[in-house]
Amino acid sequence: MFHDRSPIYLQIADGIKNDVLSGALKEDDQVMSTNQYAAFYRINPATAAKGFAQLVDEGVLYKRRGIGMFVSPDAPAKLRAERRQRFFAEVVDPMLEEAKRVGIGVDDITHYLGSRR
Amino acid sequence: MIELRGVTVRYGSTVAVDNVDLELPTGAIYGLLGRNGSGKTSLLSVLASYRKPSAGTVLIDGEAAFENPRLMRQTSFIRDTLDLSGSDRISTVFAVARWLRPGWDAEYAGKLLDLFELHPRERVGGLSRGERSMLGATLGLAGRAPLTILDESYLGMDAVARTLFYRELLDDYLAHPRTIVLSTHLIEEVAELFERVIIMDRGRILLHDETDALRGRGVTVTGPADLVTAFAAGHTVLGEHSLGTVRALTLDGRLDPDEIARGERDGLSFGPLGLQELFVHLTSQPRPLEASR
Repeated sequence: MFHDRSPIYLQIADGIKNDVLSGALKEDDQVMSTNQYAAFYRINPATAAKGFAQLVDEGVLYKRRGIGMFVSPDAPAKLRAERRQRFFAEVVDPMLEEAKRVGIGVDDITHYLGSRR
Repeated sequence: MIELRGVTVRYGSTVAVDNVDLELPTGAIYGLLGRNGSGKTSLLSVLASYRKPSAGTVLIDGEAAFENPRLMRQTSFIRDTLDLSGSDRISTVFAVARWLRPGWDAEYAGKLLDLFELHPRERVGGLSRGERSMLGATLGLAGRAPLTILDESYLGMDAVARTLFYRELLDDYLAHPRTIVLSTHLIEEVAELFERVIIMDRGRILLHDETDALRGRGVTVTGPADLVTAFAAGHTVLGEHSLGTVRALTLDGRLDPDEIARGERDGLSFGPLGLQELFVHLTSQPRPLEASR
């Protein structure tokens, strides 16, 4: 489930963000408690709590005292906007690097993309 | 808060624990890692007040722990020897635990015994290495001591028993939060349970940090020797090996993504370092480094 390449709390936060983006978690849906999460994924509860705290800080989740944590109403739109911004730097640029390495020209790529429209 | 202040353990002229200061907030699971002979068991023996340190003190919530009966009832130290008589039956051991441990949960102890497929009528002396560890784990968990110290309590357990043990440890900790210190060599299989990791090396604390902070720390860089050497300038090098003109260096610390992207453009490749590898690199004998030339 988790890998060693980055802190688990960031992996937890990314996982929940992906669930919000895919619609698996909707606005105002309640998320698991940190203890439920820790028991389910077999990790230390402090690590899980840190992941959730990160999401509260970023405004993806909000807390209701004594009840739990919920998906913020504006989270899906906000996350989508963030990902769109990163799309070119994180997805397109590395693709262009690889294309250059193997000798595929930009024209070839636009031609291919045109055929997929 | 559990505090170790200037703790030193000497055996004749050998220094097993060398002037250790450590602050452990209570209510967390700590992993104590170190190679054989690094001083783990000596440190734990002092933490549990089984041994008076040659110098220094252990304070639990500000109170000196050594020969403090109240604190000792709240401290459980499970070590290799189990400190039990071989002729005793498990049922007798449980009766003693119930008398000794205010938090003893007899029902849970029975459940763990079933899980590990041990019988209350078995005698301690007749148990295999793995079964002794299972009994130790049972005593440690069902005792529910506010400070529970488990010294390599998985020795001899097979993979299935270890998985059961880790699962019970986490579930019981979630239900009954307390301070648990677990020493181990098998880092990869338990790292996710530890809130913090303490690494000992030659009697000293090499590192004490959140386990999560160690993930993604350390990276291997591979490529043409001159490029790799140039890239490593300014980084701490943990290890290196070469084959012909190819060189691989293990660097400490977290690299900036831009730095990695630049390196990749120059034809270098980067790989993550697992916790186990990081531990091995950090606790190996330091070697003279050529990379910083």
